Amino acid sequence: MTFRIGPRTNQIIAYSILLLMTLITVIVLFFIIGYVFKNGIGQLSLEFLTDKTREMGKEGGIFPSILGTFFVTIFAVVIATPLGVGSAVYLVEYTRGGLIHRIISFGADCLAGVPSIIYGLFGFIFFVITLNLGWSIISGGLTLAVMIIPTIIRTTEEAIKAVPHSFREISYSLGGGKLDTILKVVLPTSLPGILTGVILGIGRAVGETAAVIFTAGSSLGIPTSAFSSTRTLAVHFYILAREGISMPKAYATATVLIIIILLVNFIAYRLMHRFMERYY
Amino acid sequence: MRYLAILCMISLLACNQREGGIIIAGSTSIQLFIEKVAEYYMEKHPEIQINVQGGGSTAGVQATYNKICDIGISSRNLKEHEKRLTTILIAVDGIAVIIHKNNRVNNLSTEDIRSIFSGKIENWQDLGGRDEKIIPVTREEGSGTRGSFEDMIMGEAEISDACLVQDSNGAVREIIATTPQGIGYISVGLVDEREKAVAINGVLPTLENIASRKYRFSRPFLFLLLTEPQGNVRKFIDYVLSKEGQDILKKDGLIPATEIYND
Amino acid sequence: MKDKIAEKLLLFIAFSAILSLLLITFFIFQQGIPLIFKVGLGNFFSTHWAPTRGHFGILSMIIGSLMVTAGALVVGIPFGLACAIFLAEFSSPVVQKTLKPIIELLAGIPSVVYGFIGIVILVPFIREHFGGPGFSVLAASIILGIMILPTIVSISYDALVAVPNTYREGSYAVGATKWQTVRMLLMPAARSGIVAGIILGMGRAIGETMAVIMIAGNALKIPHSMLDSVRTLTSTLALELGYATGDHRAALFACGSFLFLIIILLNIIAIKITGRK
Repeated sequence: MTFRIGPRTNQIIAYSILLLMTLITVIVLFFIIGYVFKNGIGQLSLEFLTDKTREMGKEGGIFPSILGTFFVTIFAVVIATPLGVGSAVYLVEYTRGGLIHRIISFGADCLAGVPSIIYGLFGFIFFVITLNLGWSIISGGLTLAVMIIPTIIRTTEEAIKAVPHSFREISYSLGGGKLDTILKVVLPTSLPGILTGVILGIGRAVGETAAVIFTAGSSLGIPTSAFSSTRTLAVHFYILAREGISMPKAYATATVLIIIILLVNFIAYRLMHRFMERYY
Repeated sequence: MRYLAILCMISLLACNQREGGIIIAGSTSIQLFIEKVAEYYMEKHPEIQINVQGGGSTAGVQATYNKICDIGISSRNLKEHEKRLTTILIAVDGIAVIIHKNNRVNNLSTEDIRSIFSGKIENWQDLGGRDEKIIPVTREEGSGTRGSFEDMIMGEAEISDACLVQDSNGAVREIIATTPQGIGYISVGLVDEREKAVAINGVLPTLENIASRKYRFSRPFLFLLLTEPQGNVRKFIDYVLSKEGQDILKKDGLIPATEIYND
Repeated sequence: MKDKIAEKLLLFIAFSAILSLLLITFFIFQQGIPLIFKVGLGNFFSTHWAPTRGHFGILSMIIGSLMVTAGALVVGIPFGLACAIFLAEFSSPVVQKTLKPIIELLAGIPSVVYGFIGIVILVPFIREHFGGPGFSVLAASIILGIMILPTIVSISYDALVAVPNTYREGSYAVGATKWQTVRMLLMPAARSGIVAGIILGMGRAIGETMAVIMIAGNALKIPHSMLDSVRTLTSTLALELGYATGDHRAALFACGSFLFLIIILLNIIAIKITGRK
């Protein structure tokens, strides 16, 4: 007589395993963040956040990197957002479903998945050397912009597509033209979704290292112009950790970096929620 | 429209800035030391911005040629096809072969080191150590440190494909400091108490031994220039070669250019 | 009239954006592909990578990338699916609302932090308990697996949740347990979505650079075991980009082109599977 486990028992076993694995995943996450925070929180202080970097990172603070990260990210977003949103609007509203639309969407999907080091490769050869922009906020910002445009195109596309047709039809029936409809009905409605995409792009840009280290450089001074080289937080952390310059400072930098990204993701998540709640 | 305005403003600011800045790029070995000297220099001359990039000695040569930096830094002598650049010696640095603090081995011959890195010797036991597989760590191909190491120790033998590869001295040091079976090579100036530098052919890499050439494994730290240095660049180079600048380098474990005993 | 101007303006914007994206694609391929023909397919797909001496064989790095990606999938798929199934089918809405964003948080942690944790905790552990240098395929697989988890969880969860409730109700009506329903009905129904998520995760794993450079050791030799060091395509790009010139630089672009093609291929497969437009 063969011994068989009944479906009820099967379920209990399955449930336990699934629960266990989920718990392990969550624990791993908390462990990683907790480990970094535990070792880094001690170093955090107002001084650390506002002080210049000294002794190659062994002393001083991370103010130059905070500024640098800020400038590079803002630069990237300022360029990528209008280009990305504008393209998505054109694709959805003016070439809806056509072959061109599908090809471009596919292209954007592919480019969103291309490894960041390839953007670094491109940025280094094209922006830093060929265009002679040197290692600078501009080179870094442009490279990051190109990197996040595909993501913004895709998320904006999804957000705009989700606006019910009825909204547009009502607008047309009330006498609104295409542009008016887009500006006053479609865009405001899809705004949370669009912003979510932009903010997620910001999150990606802030944590980016490979594309930035080859284009914005790794200079430690406070950036004074768009042509200054700068060391973003992620790059600074990478250098501190790898070179073993100062483990406490490395952990502290990582802590600041993670906190910024958590904040950015949190905001994106809340926005996404509002967007979903409106229509689903 | 607003975006255009912002971009214009930034560019304007930028144009002013580019005049007063010095960009230095190249050897990761030299980068750390120069950053420190630059820090001191900028304290005295706050209107000058000095940016130091890494990338490796070969990258420094490229950057100087491509004019994306003002001064290139190289930790190896220039090859034939690179000789178009002017070089200025700022210091001499020894290359130390390092192993873990607890490794029993204290002395290796050049032949030993060559065999280790080319993969001929694979176990510490063959060198008087414990019965453990050797884990050799090397720098990437464009590294000046590796170039000098290959010239002075490897000779014709090639560094094996099985060696771990890291892209800076600091990274190599971190691995050796925490890996009991590891062996690597870094700047003498970077060796700290977490790892041990072996004596090569009986000679330890102390500063006296390097300066007197008793320890033969040293390489030049060079400034590379495409044209005759002018203005701010000239002033900075003068500072680095001055007593004050050289003292900073000396304090960090380098041999100042001014103190080399000429053969 | 306004409409016409707006349409032209938007067309211009879209055009510029598309142009910049095309620029990259074109740039990479134009710099890289000629080299492959110059040195010959035999050289390019050999196992000897010594670009300063004329050997441009990327095969050992392709194998490296594949091994590390496969390892990442071995780690990421079980845990990813487990979380997705648990969240979608076995937990209350409250748990779902709290746990899902937490797991997605994993996606936001920068890759250099993962690499760092790998160096500080995982590498010594592997070296002491399993042998080898610690910087290994195993270390890279585990860290990459953790990194692609959120992608797999997210997309699989969405795929499961999208299966109509009628499926579940019908199944319960004939007396099946939840687990039987999940195993025999829901998972097959959500299969295309789940596979798409896995493919996306694969793409992310193949493209990861920083974390891999920090913990894989970067030795050029083809690894003989999970405990050996390994070099991926992305690591080579990052290690040599700074100083490569001439043919060497072109070879790096060729690597980049290769990676690009793989991503395109993966995306095509994903679309075919999900039947999305």
